[in-house]
Amino acid sequence: MKRDCDVLVIGAGPGGLAAACQAKKEGAGSVIVLERDAKAGGILNQCIHDGFGLIRYKKALTGPEYARKAISEAQDAGAEILTSRHVSRIDRKEKGFLVSAYSRDGIEEYQTRAIVIATGCRERTRGNISIPGSRPAGVFTAGVAQNLVNIRNVMIGKRVVILGSGDIGLIMARRLTLEGSKVLAIAEIMKEPTGLARNIEQCVYEFGIPIYVRTTVSRIIGKRKLEAVELSDLDEKGNVRPETARIIECDALVLSVGLIPENEVAQTAGVLLQPNNSVDTDKYLQTNIKGIFSCGNSRHVMDLADYVSEQGELAGLNAVRYAKGQEMESWDEEKTNCMKKGFPEKGTTTCTICPNGCQVRWDEKTGTYSGNKCPRGAKFAEQERTSPMRTVTTTVRCNGTLLPVKTASPVSRTVVRDVVASLKDVDVKGHVKAGDEVFRGSVGKSDVSMVATSDF
Amino acid sequence: MDRTYDVIIIGAGAVGCAIARELSRYTLSVLVLEKECDVAYGTSGRMSGVVHAGFNNKTGSMMAKMCVEGSRGFEQICRELDIPYRKTGKVLVAFDENDLKALEKIIGTGKANGCEGLRLLDEKQIRAIAPGLGGIGGMFSENTAIFDPFEFCIAHAENAMDNGVDFSFDSEVTAISRDNGIFCVSTPKGTFRSRYIVNSAGLYCDRISAMLGVDKYKIYPCRGQYYILDKVAKDLLDIPAYPVPRPGIGGLGVHLTPTIDGNIIIGPSAEYQDDPDDYSTTREIMDKLFSEAKALLPAIERKYIIGNYCGIRPKQAPPGEGGFRDFTIKEEETCPGLINLIGIESPGFTASAPIARMVRDILGQHVKLERKKDFNPIRKGHVRFRDLSEAEQKKLIEKDPEYGEIICRCQNVTKREIRDAIENRFGARSISAIKYRAWATTGRCNGGYCLAKIVDMLIKDYDMKPEEITYRGAGSELFSGKVK
Repeated sequence: MKRDCDVLVIGAGPGGLAAACQAKKEGAGSVIVLERDAKAGGILNQCIHDGFGLIRYKKALTGPEYARKAISEAQDAGAEILTSRHVSRIDRKEKGFLVSAYSRDGIEEYQTRAIVIATGCRERTRGNISIPGSRPAGVFTAGVAQNLVNIRNVMIGKRVVILGSGDIGLIMARRLTLEGSKVLAIAEIMKEPTGLARNIEQCVYEFGIPIYVRTTVSRIIGKRKLEAVELSDLDEKGNVRPETARIIECDALVLSVGLIPENEVAQTAGVLLQPNNSVDTDKYLQTNIKGIFSCGNSRHVMDLADYVSEQGELAGLNAVRYAKGQEMESWDEEKTNCMKKGFPEKGTTTCTICPNGCQVRWDEKTGTYSGNKCPRGAKFAEQERTSPMRTVTTTVRCNGTLLPVKTASPVSRTVVRDVVASLKDVDVKGHVKAGDEVFRGSVGKSDVSMVATSDF
Repeated sequence: MDRTYDVIIIGAGAVGCAIARELSRYTLSVLVLEKECDVAYGTSGRMSGVVHAGFNNKTGSMMAKMCVEGSRGFEQICRELDIPYRKTGKVLVAFDENDLKALEKIIGTGKANGCEGLRLLDEKQIRAIAPGLGGIGGMFSENTAIFDPFEFCIAHAENAMDNGVDFSFDSEVTAISRDNGIFCVSTPKGTFRSRYIVNSAGLYCDRISAMLGVDKYKIYPCRGQYYILDKVAKDLLDIPAYPVPRPGIGGLGVHLTPTIDGNIIIGPSAEYQDDPDDYSTTREIMDKLFSEAKALLPAIERKYIIGNYCGIRPKQAPPGEGGFRDFTIKEEETCPGLINLIGIESPGFTASAPIARMVRDILGQHVKLERKKDFNPIRKGHVRFRDLSEAEQKKLIEKDPEYGEIICRCQNVTKREIRDAIENRFGARSISAIKYRAWATTGRCNGGYCLAKIVDMLIKDYDMKPEEITYRGAGSELFSGKVK
């Protein structure tokens, strides 16, 4: 089977979906998105927590909700999303490219004028960082743990140590705690955590999880099943200080030690990579191969899905402009670097209204707030000081699998664990749409309503 | 159990499986007992994957003789059993004049052993064979080859099974007694009886032997750590490259070996330890491996590393002595009917067929060996989708659409191949059983993409509970249960 299109997008995560949507809006005739998974949305589908969409939609969405919006925007614009298509290679032809993909129907071919690579990233593994010790069952990367726990309904362990303080690791620390595991430690080799300050505050501090910096897992222990890890402090040069070694018994080790752009498909077309696997595009997001554009995490790992979408849009737009021989627009590299990362400043609250993450300080004497760049920060800090509220995200059983859900409106921070516990026996049957209420009941003094964040 | 086997083989490593296949040519009843859930779980699954030509071992030794003989017949066996094999040749890299002198001696030993195709290389010649290598010269061995060690063991065991051999996995031998000349072998799966015992228990051969009162053997476990590199480094080297062996160490020195699948492996180290089951890697050795590998092949970079692991050699030579002691393969005078295989380390894979024939001949002194008329030497391996032409791939997808679903994105393994691996004939349902057969989870993402998909298949299509899924058999459970 062979098909023609104007723009072919590889990957239906936030970058690819936005690229496809924008390419259609820019007047491309036929735009096809090829996704290797059975479901569009990319890694957003397993990110059931909220905090997505603060820039793009001006409100906090969960990953599945953000994905749902991005998918329907692309479809409404007229892009065609084909799932369970695994692109094997890109051949350069006289007029554009020939893309081959495996599917259940055979090896499909797509002839296209321009390509947007939106293939995301993969996680750095234990093998990549060569942690010494044995090779028992129980060592997972954070993203795999997230997929297993949030989608496959599989619990990775009861006593967990996390190495690395990237955002996925921090999110998983909270997630595992809410599902009844004990997170014994988060170890970070740097002086500061690498995740966002808001995640340090809301995923780590609020659950009393110890976080150790300048610390690493120096040995993995356990012949068949993980029995313990050895934590050690690091000296100034980053070498292990053996005298500080201590053993922590655990049955799971979660690694959140970095992401690597995934560009094996791009490489088949001759796209050149940087030593860290990212793509060195021009300011139009075009790779060294004219007509092939790159965006999102496959171009360069980014912190927020919102920026991935924004960059995807530009890649989609420029792919069409390229095909039409029109002038392209530039990407502003600066704008994505504004978030507060690492430890929150002592005595402040990290505002989560927008990704800036202002560190807002309350002055008891004057009764005023400082450190916030806009009035919303003061309002947020006031709420946090008097009665902090949280949107609780978790899953419930649904037709033999899991359905991601959230509280319809924020609840008191004090009842977060109770909310999750109260959903233990919920078992949703039949058809569900995102936004449907799947549970209502009182938890402590709060009346709690849970809504689905994905269709079933 | 009432049945009495003619022969019980203890251990389903390369040698145990090769013996099982050899004996399956004859009208003997044979049972293989393996303590793990699958074949190749010990030393056999953790080695370099090289068919040795036979110049490393002392002239006149069993090792030397069997290595040369085994090397000659290896390709034929791989053809019969559908085992990936490639005759790459091998280079020994010399860094100084002493090395060059040592190489001349090695060539002499090789010739005396009957090993052909050895020649010295000057600097220009070594660069012509492998442009990336360091060194000032070296030696070339024409007959060295690489192969897939997992598939080797699986194929031998499957072919033995086809020809009537029984296998019992998860059957660790806990005791052996003798009753009227019949051996009674106790395992968690019950007691099995036989007239003869072949002890090919590798790292545990001394313990098995001692169960029958023959306690004169001692195995010294000697660990070898390895690094494995991403396939992106594939083009750096397509031939095994070794340093010139230094006397007194426990192995052949840290070398670089391309695997049949296109990864380069670095290693192994040689460290004596007491525990035959401690497969830990250490920071010091890994750092050393890397720097030694870089001396051999300067283009190697740390970012290519995707994994590390180790194997353990069952050595007869104690730490002070080092080097190689010859294989011990014999029927014990003090325990007639017990055929011991002691200290089968490198070149054990290469020598496995000659070893198997020797065991057969020992048995032949007691029993009349009658060839089976219907012995089938051919075994068909599983499909390797990634190695097929596009036309062949299209045909397969037409036959079964699951060939069109890529589950492991690093190695391009399809859902159907995973299914075939899950439904393997030994009933091994561990992740590593799937890994060894389909090669899923072995790529650069270490299962980051496919593990969850494989777990999903095991739960949905094979009714497994999360807590039943293991990494490498009982005791290596991956999960604590369902989330909810």
